[in-house]
Amino acid sequence: MDIKQLTKKSEQLRLDLLELIHNAKTGHTGGDLSVLNVLNVLYNRILNVNPQNPKDKDRDRFVLSKGHCAEALYCVLADRGFIPQEDIKNYGRDFAHLGGHPDVTIPGVEINTGALGHGLSAGVGMALAAKMNKQSFKTFVVMGDGEQAEGSIYEAAMCANKYHLDNLVAIIDRNGLQISGSTEEVMPIESISDRWSAFGWDVKEMNGDSISDIVDTFESINFSIGKPHLVISHSTKGLGVSFMEGVAKWHHGVPDDEQFAIAKNEISSRISKL
Amino acid sequence: MKEPNKIPCRKSFTDTLIELGRKDKDIVAVTSDASGSATLTDFARLLPDQFVEVGIAEQNAIGVAAGLASAGKKAFVFGPACFYVARALEQVKVDMAYSQMPVKILGVSGGVAYSQLGATHHSLHDIAALRTFPGMEVYLPSDVRQTRRLLLAIADRKKPAYIRVGRNAVPDVYESDDFDFSLGKGTTIMDGDDITIIGTGETVANCKEAGEMLRKKGIKARVIDIHSLKPFDKDIVLKAAKETGRIVTAEEHSIYGGLGSIVAEITAQECPVKMRILGVPDENVIHAAPLTVFRHYGFDYQGIFDACMALLK
Repeated sequence: MDIKQLTKKSEQLRLDLLELIHNAKTGHTGGDLSVLNVLNVLYNRILNVNPQNPKDKDRDRFVLSKGHCAEALYCVLADRGFIPQEDIKNYGRDFAHLGGHPDVTIPGVEINTGALGHGLSAGVGMALAAKMNKQSFKTFVVMGDGEQAEGSIYEAAMCANKYHLDNLVAIIDRNGLQISGSTEEVMPIESISDRWSAFGWDVKEMNGDSISDIVDTFESINFSIGKPHLVISHSTKGLGVSFMEGVAKWHHGVPDDEQFAIAKNEISSRISKL
Repeated sequence: MKEPNKIPCRKSFTDTLIELGRKDKDIVAVTSDASGSATLTDFARLLPDQFVEVGIAEQNAIGVAAGLASAGKKAFVFGPACFYVARALEQVKVDMAYSQMPVKILGVSGGVAYSQLGATHHSLHDIAALRTFPGMEVYLPSDVRQTRRLLLAIADRKKPAYIRVGRNAVPDVYESDDFDFSLGKGTTIMDGDDITIIGTGETVANCKEAGEMLRKKGIKARVIDIHSLKPFDKDIVLKAAKETGRIVTAEEHSIYGGLGSIVAEITAQECPVKMRILGVPDENVIHAAPLTVFRHYGFDYQGIFDACMALLK
């Protein structure tokens, strides 16, 4: 997809997401919205994945380490045809296939996540397997910024550096907020860039609210550099819904009928202008 | 007790893995600075492209192994049992068991093998913890030959598994390579109808010795080796319960949640019998050599013999 198509797709996915969360009466709305652009660009432009053959051995791998933002992933997977719309409709109901965190019974999901600090290690294993097998697939892992307090991440960071995993891209969804408030109040993590550079990673920063910047950043990655890649995606929690943007309570806030209607109107009006 | 074999079980495992790894390039060994204690140095030297060293980082070792497995590798993780079933327990639960990644952990120096090093280095809760994870398999082989057979049986098995072995060599339970072994099934190593003794891992040789001591007293004990705590051979226990009416279990594990608990769960529901569960009580283990620890808590051959005599009264 080109930038224009991706921009429209993000808005449509935002609508899908809010409908899913409103319908299910559960979800991590703020973080879903901050990471949605990245997931959209990955699945509709960057990743080599095929919904008709989700286990293709040469597919690119994607791991949502911030597994609580499963709703955003489900909307993207459903839009790409990995999972049926029926599953989306049942989300949040008893006996639903889709749970609140991704699991391997869902086509397109590589490993179960939800306990924070696990995804990068799994991604290191996948990238290492590609190197051992001389396969060209790439591995992408999306982490949260609050998640950066988990120590196991830095075990994985050291390991990726040791094995020169330049086929691995970690992305931090840097929306600045976590469940209790600002990340810098809960546990300061700056400078993320200096920290990961010190671990031997190739660090890039991008505006995660800008489709074109996301595309440019991902497409500028040099996969022969001998270093793993970290992309800091500066994003807005609750992006695209005026009253949710930058408000911590929307971490797992669920819009009521009135709020849902306002949000839908905002997004629909933007879509009509595209 | 007879003399131990010259080879410890961990070496039997890694030697066998070298044989397999030479033929199957998907076999990968992952370790956390434990290539010495896990006897992996030959593997690392002979198959360097199939060897991954993550440093002292057990959580990462399991996550990396799960990632390797998801991409088709047969990942084996090596290190002290104590760290893989405590520090890395969440990775074992989520990345291996919940994700159903067929990673195999060889937990070395399990139980009280590091006894003098204290409770930080014991793994007396591993059976209890791991058997509650859906799909997770738990194995404690009893000697070098069974360790090899076990590895041959599970190497291609698409299940996450934990295998616990000790540190020191143990006496042979099986005298030749030609012995009955069926994955997941218990083995009756001595027959008898007066009482049943069930062991797992390093206690099996002690159970056998106790069975021979009882035989000298005219008591015919049935001795059963349980190499697989999960899946568990329920039938062999129920048959023994029905035919002998008394069961003594012996394990290098807490008395809570391990072999004895499993046997009691089965018999209590389907064929209640008199039982004694021998293992480590609710206390921090004494600082002593492993065999002294076995004796102190009464799950060595003498303790097993005494428990049988008491139960038969």
